[in-house]
Amino acid sequence: MEGQNLAQAYRLFECIQCGRCTGGCPMSLKTRFNIRRLIYEALVDEDMDLQSKEVLWDCSTCATCTLRCPKGLDPTDMVIGMRSILVDGGRIPPTIRDALKSLAIRGNPLTMAREERADWAEGLGVKEISEGAEVLYFVGCSPSYDPRVQKVAKAMVQAFKKAEVEFGILGNEEVCCGSEARRMGETGLFEMLREMNLETLERYPVELVVTTSPHCYNAFQNEYQGLNLKVQHYTQFVAGLINEGRLPLSKEVRRIVTYQDPCFLGKQNKIFEEPRKILRSIPGLELRELDRSRERSLCCEGGGGRMWAEGTNPEERLAHTRVQEAMDLGAEVLATACPFCLLTLEDAAKTVAGEGGIQVMDIMELVVEAL
Amino acid sequence: MGLRIGVYVCHCGVNIAATVDVEAVTRFALGLPSVAIARDYTYMCSDPGQALIKEDIKKFGLTKVVVASCSPMMHEPTFRGTIQEAGLNPYCLEMANIREQCSWVHEEEEEATRKAIQLVAAAVDKAFLLEPLEERRVAVTSAALVIGGGIAGMQAALDIANAGFQVYLVEKEPRLGGHLAQLDKTFPTLEPVAPLLAEEIREVEGHPNIDLLTSAEVIGLEGYIGNFKVNVTDQATIRELKVGTILVATGYDLFDARLKPEYGYGIYEKVITGLEFERLVSLSGSRKFWVNGKEPQDVLFIQCVGSRDKSVGQEYCSRICCMYTAKQALLVKEMLPQARVTVLYMDVRAYGKGFEEFYDQVRGEGVLYRRGNPSEIYKNGKRLIVRVEDTLLGEPVQLEADLVVLATGITPRRDSPKIANLLKLPRSPDGFFMEAHPKLRPVDTVTEGIYLAGCCQGPKDIPDTVTQAKAAAASAMIPLCQGQVKVEAVTSIIDEELCSGCGICAEMCVYDALSLHERKGVMTINEVLCKGCGACAAACPSKAIKLSHFTPAQILAQVDALV
Amino acid sequence: MQASLDIADAGFLVYLVEREPSIGGHMAQLDKTFPTLDCSSCILTPKMVDVARHPNIQLISYAEVVGADGGIGHFKVGVKQKPRYVDVDRCTGCGLCVEACRLKGRISSEFDVGVSKRGAVYIPFPQAVPLKATIDPERCVFITRGVCGKVPACEEACSAEAIDFQQKEEMIGLEVGAIIVATGFDLFDARLKPEFGYGLYPNVITGLQFERLSSASGPTRGKITLNGQEPKKVVFIQCVGSRDKSVGVEYCSRVCCMFTAKQAHLVKEKIPDAEVTVLYIDVRAFGKGFEEFYDRVRGEGVMYRRGNASEICKRGERLIVMAEDTLLGESVQLEADLVVLATGITPRGDAQDLATLLRLSTSPDGFFQEAHPKLRPVETEREGVYLAGCCQGPKDIPDGVAQAKAAASSVIIALRNGMEVS
Repeated sequence: MEGQNLAQAYRLFECIQCGRCTGGCPMSLKTRFNIRRLIYEALVDEDMDLQSKEVLWDCSTCATCTLRCPKGLDPTDMVIGMRSILVDGGRIPPTIRDALKSLAIRGNPLTMAREERADWAEGLGVKEISEGAEVLYFVGCSPSYDPRVQKVAKAMVQAFKKAEVEFGILGNEEVCCGSEARRMGETGLFEMLREMNLETLERYPVELVVTTSPHCYNAFQNEYQGLNLKVQHYTQFVAGLINEGRLPLSKEVRRIVTYQDPCFLGKQNKIFEEPRKILRSIPGLELRELDRSRERSLCCEGGGGRMWAEGTNPEERLAHTRVQEAMDLGAEVLATACPFCLLTLEDAAKTVAGEGGIQVMDIMELVVEAL
Repeated sequence: MGLRIGVYVCHCGVNIAATVDVEAVTRFALGLPSVAIARDYTYMCSDPGQALIKEDIKKFGLTKVVVASCSPMMHEPTFRGTIQEAGLNPYCLEMANIREQCSWVHEEEEEATRKAIQLVAAAVDKAFLLEPLEERRVAVTSAALVIGGGIAGMQAALDIANAGFQVYLVEKEPRLGGHLAQLDKTFPTLEPVAPLLAEEIREVEGHPNIDLLTSAEVIGLEGYIGNFKVNVTDQATIRELKVGTILVATGYDLFDARLKPEYGYGIYEKVITGLEFERLVSLSGSRKFWVNGKEPQDVLFIQCVGSRDKSVGQEYCSRICCMYTAKQALLVKEMLPQARVTVLYMDVRAYGKGFEEFYDQVRGEGVLYRRGNPSEIYKNGKRLIVRVEDTLLGEPVQLEADLVVLATGITPRRDSPKIANLLKLPRSPDGFFMEAHPKLRPVDTVTEGIYLAGCCQGPKDIPDTVTQAKAAAASAMIPLCQGQVKVEAVTSIIDEELCSGCGICAEMCVYDALSLHERKGVMTINEVLCKGCGACAAACPSKAIKLSHFTPAQILAQVDALV
Repeated sequence: MQASLDIADAGFLVYLVEREPSIGGHMAQLDKTFPTLDCSSCILTPKMVDVARHPNIQLISYAEVVGADGGIGHFKVGVKQKPRYVDVDRCTGCGLCVEACRLKGRISSEFDVGVSKRGAVYIPFPQAVPLKATIDPERCVFITRGVCGKVPACEEACSAEAIDFQQKEEMIGLEVGAIIVATGFDLFDARLKPEFGYGLYPNVITGLQFERLSSASGPTRGKITLNGQEPKKVVFIQCVGSRDKSVGVEYCSRVCCMFTAKQAHLVKEKIPDAEVTVLYIDVRAFGKGFEEFYDRVRGEGVMYRRGNASEICKRGERLIVMAEDTLLGESVQLEADLVVLATGITPRGDAQDLATLLRLSTSPDGFFQEAHPKLRPVETEREGVYLAGCCQGPKDIPDGVAQAKAAASSVIIALRNGMEVS
C-alpha cells in the first residue's frame, strides 16, 4: 500500500510526468536518482518497495524539482516522506543514524557536547540573550562547533559590534533548528527540536532573529508554525545595516569574487539581491557572476543530510564542478553565505585548486576584511 | 479615340525597387507603342497611388491600364476598382507580376530588371487585345437549406431563421439531435446534455421561419448560388425546394472498433466503446454503475482507438476523445470511489478552454494516467488482461480489468461519398468535406453558396461545432441579405460553329456548367456556374471553346513579347 | 477583420477600431501558417486590403474605446483617437520621414519583436493598412524634449507636408447596435521563467521572434541566422508559460505544439543538416491536418523527445539544455546554438480594464467569459456584446476566423431584427 499512501499524501496523481523535476535535479547529473520515476512508480505500483531504494539518500533537498513543477506539487517533500518510511524501517546509512542520534542526545548532529556549544564565543564579549537584547543571533550547529565555520560566527560578531547592534546569543540553550533532521526523514525528532527552540524563544522578548545558516532561516521562516518573530538571514540583516550606513565598509578588498547562491537562501527563499548588495558595497571588490546563478544555481550537495551521507556516487562532486566554474571565471574568491556550501566548496577547492588556489569564503569574512 | 495605355510601375517600398531598376522599366514602357503615360511610384496600391491612376485616366483619356507590381491575387481587385471608379471597364486592366515572379526570386539587379521589362512588355501587348467584360448580378432566392439536424445544423438553422430568412432543415432520422442526443454529460463543465438539447430542439421546432423535414433526404441538386433547386424525399413524396444558399451539417460516424480485432471488441462483452459507456451511464441513471450486475473494480480506458492510426487508415486525431475519456473516467471515480480507474494514452490533448484545468481535476480525483497505447486484450478466467508497454517505465505490463472502454474516434460518415457527389463537394485526404481555405475560409466550400458546419468538415467538440455552425450561418446569410450575387465575368465562350457536341468539356468541368443543347446539338455554357477556370477550353478537341480575358490571341501576344 | 467583413457584406455599417497604427494583429508577424505552410502575410494582406476598401467599413486605427453605454440596438461608444502627429490625408506612406528620423535604427521594433530596430517615426510593416506613418510620442525627441535639430528631420523630409506636431487627442462618439470584442492576446513573458535564461542569452528566443527571423520580409530576409551564424543545433521547448501553475498559467495555449512543429520544419527546410529537437510533454496535434503534419515533421528528421526542459545554462559558447528524457528515464544535456521557447498565449495586459469598461466578466484564466461554454460560445452576459478570437481564449487561425464569423452572425441577427422593428 506504500505507493497508494504516498500518492494520496503528496497528490502524486496530479503529476503529468513532464520531467522538469528530474531534468533540473542536480543529482540526476551524477546518480540514478530519478524523482519523476519515483513519483510514477508510487502511482503505478501499489506495493512499491522503498527499502531497496538507496538512491533516496542522494537527494540534497535543494528543491529545484519543487520550484520547477508546473502542477504545484512538492517532490522534495515526497522524498522526505519516503525517507521517513526508510527511517521507520531502520534502513538508514550508519552515518545518518549517528547524526540523528547525536541530534536527539546532544542537540547537534556533530556528536559534540551540548555544553560546549558556546565555546567559540569565549573572550569575544558576546552577551547571552538572557541579559536582554533586541536582536537574537541564532548561531547554528556548524558555526558553533566546526572550526572553519566558527570563523564566520566570529566575523558576524565583529561586524555586529562595529555596527553597534544590540544582540545576544542563546549560548548553550541553543539547539539545532531541526531542518536536517526533518530532511533525513526524522519528522518526530524535528518536531521535538522545534518545540525546544520555540519554548526557549518564547522566554526572551526579542524583536528579530538573525541566522548564520540559510537552513535555520528556512526552518524558522517556513516550518516553525507558531513562531511569531521576525526572522532574517544575516545577508538580509547586514545588507540593511550597510544601507542604513551603520556598517561603513572603508577598506579596499582588491579581489575578484564570484558568488554561490545557497539553495536554501536563493531557490527556496528567493533571497538573491541582498548577498550581492553586500558584495558590491565592498570597495575594490569585483563581482563576477557564474553562468548558473540565482534561480539556476547549482547545488553544492551539502543539504538534506548529505553532510552525513556520501550518496551513491561519491567520486563525482558537484562542488568540484562549481569550483572549476569559478576558476574558469577568473575568480580569486568563491563566496557563499551558507555553512554547508562553505564546507563542501572549500573541500572541493583543496582538491581542485590545491593550496594557494581559489579561496572559498563566507560573505561575512569578506565584510570584516573591509572594516 | 484610339488605344491609349497607361503603365504604372510599383516600387512596393523596397520589395521591388531594391532589386529592379523601376525607373528603367518605366522609361522602357514609355517607349512602347500606344503607351500614353508611364509612371513609377512607391506604393501603387496606396490611396495616393490609386489617385494617380485615376487622374491620368481622365487627363490622358486612357483606355487600358497596366500595373506592374505584385501578384494579381493580391491587388487585381484593388486596381479593377480603381479604374472602374475612373469610368473604365474593370477588365481593361492587366497586371505584370514583377514582385513574386521577379524581385523576390532574383538577386541580380540587371537581370531582374531585364525580366521585369519583358513582363511589362508582355502585359502591354496583352492589354492591346483586352476587351471589356460585363459583370452581372443575379437575384437570390431568400431561403436557405440546412442538411443535417444535429447540433451544428440546428444552430445554423436557428441563426439564419433568427435573421429573418426562411430555412428548410432536412434531417435523415425521424428526430433532431444527432449524436449529441446520445451523450450523458458534457466536458469540462459536466452539464447534463438532455435539458440543453431539449431546449434547442424546442426552439427549432417552434420557429416560424424553420420548415423542418425529418426522415428526409436530399436526392437532387441543381442550380447555383442564389438559385438552387433541391429535391428532398421522405420516401413517400418528393418535394422541390428553392433556396439561395445551402449549409451542409451532415455530421460523422464513429470508428468501428471491430477493425481493431486485437482489442476483442464484439467478442468480450466487457470491452465497450465510449458511446456505449455514455448510454450505460445515462441509463443506469443515478449513482449506480454496474457491469453484469457487479460494480467493476478495475476500469481501463484506452485512447486513440481508430485515431492517429495509419494501420486502419485513420491518420488524423479525433480531437474529442481525450476529453470525453477524462470526463468518463471522472464519472466512474464519482460513482465508484474505490475503483481503480486507469487511462492509457499517448499524448493527452487537453487543448480547449478549461480543458487542462479539467484534466488536472480528473487526475487530482485519483484517475491514473499511464503512457502507452495497448497492443492487445485477452482473457484470463473472468478478467480481461490488457497488454501494454508503460513507456514511462520502459517496461511491458499486463493490467487486469473488469471493464475496458475504447475511445473510438470520429470518421467521415459512410455515406459521405454520396453526399459529396450530390453536392459536388471535394473531400480532404482524411475523407471529410474540404473547406475553401484551411485558414481563412474554414466554412466556405469551392462551390459558392454551399457552406460547411460541424463534424462533416472534421472532428470537433461542441463549442467548436456551435461556433462553426454560426460561422457558416453568417456566410450563408450574407447573399440572402444582399439579395443578389455577382457572377464571374471571365467565362468560357463556345463557338457553336466549331462545336461538335462531343461532351469532353462537360466531363472536365467540376462546376457542372456545360451541357448539351438538345436541339442545336452543341454544348452550351451556364455562365453563372462557370468559374472561368479554362479546363474546358484546354480540353476541347475542336478548339471551339475560348476563355474570355484569356483568349488564345491575348495569350499568344503575351508569349510573343516574352520570347 | 473577418467579423467586420461579414457584417459589412451583409449590408451594415461597421466601425473597426484598432489600437495599433495598422490592422493585421499578430498574424501579420507570422512567417508561414501550419499545417499548410501558406505564407501568413500573403493570405492576410488581401483581407487587410478588403477591409480598407470596403464601402461599409470605417476603419479607425490608432484609437481606443474608452466607454460603451446603452444596450443592444443603441450603444453609445466613446473612442479616443490618439494623435499620430501625421496628417493621414496628406501622408502617402512613402517612408521618407522614416528614413530621415534621427532615431532611425535606435528603437526596438514591436513588429519584429526586437529583432530589428525602428525610428521614432515609423510604419510598422510594409503592408500596413492604413499605410501611414506614425510618430511615437514617447520616443520622438521633438515631442519629449521640444528639440530635433533646427527643423524636425521628418518634417524636413516629408514632401507631402504631412507631419503635424499640433495634432491633439480627439474623442469620437459612435452610435452602434452591437459590439464585437476582438482584442486578441499577449504572449507570455519568458522572463518569468528565469531558468531558461531568456533575456540573458541572445540565442534563447521566443517563437514569435523566430517567426520574424524566418519571415522572408523580416529583418534577416528569411535567413535563420544569429549574429550572422547559422545554427546547427536547434532545440525547441514547448509549454513555456502554458500548463504551468508555477507561473499562474494553468491552461494550454492550444497553438504552440503546432507552431513549434512548423518552425522545426522550417529549420529543417532552411538548414537541412541542422539537428532539430523538440522537447514536449504531450503533442497536441488535434486539428484538421495537424496529426498528419506532425507525422511529416518527424518524418523529416525532427527529433521529438518527451520531457520538458528544466533549465538552460552555458558551456563555452554553446547553450546546454537540461531535461529529462522521460521515455529513457534519464537526464540529458542537449547542446544547442539556438533555443526557441514556445511561449504561450495570455490575456492582454489590459483585459481586466477593458472588461470593466465594457461590463464583461472574465473566466478564471483571465480571458473574457462567454455566455455558455458549450452552446453560446460568442455571446457574453451583456446582450449585444459578442466575442471573437483569442480574447475569449487561445485559438488557432481557422478557429479564430470561425469564431469571428460566428460573432458576425449574432450581430447580423441583432441588426436585422432591429431593422424590422424600425
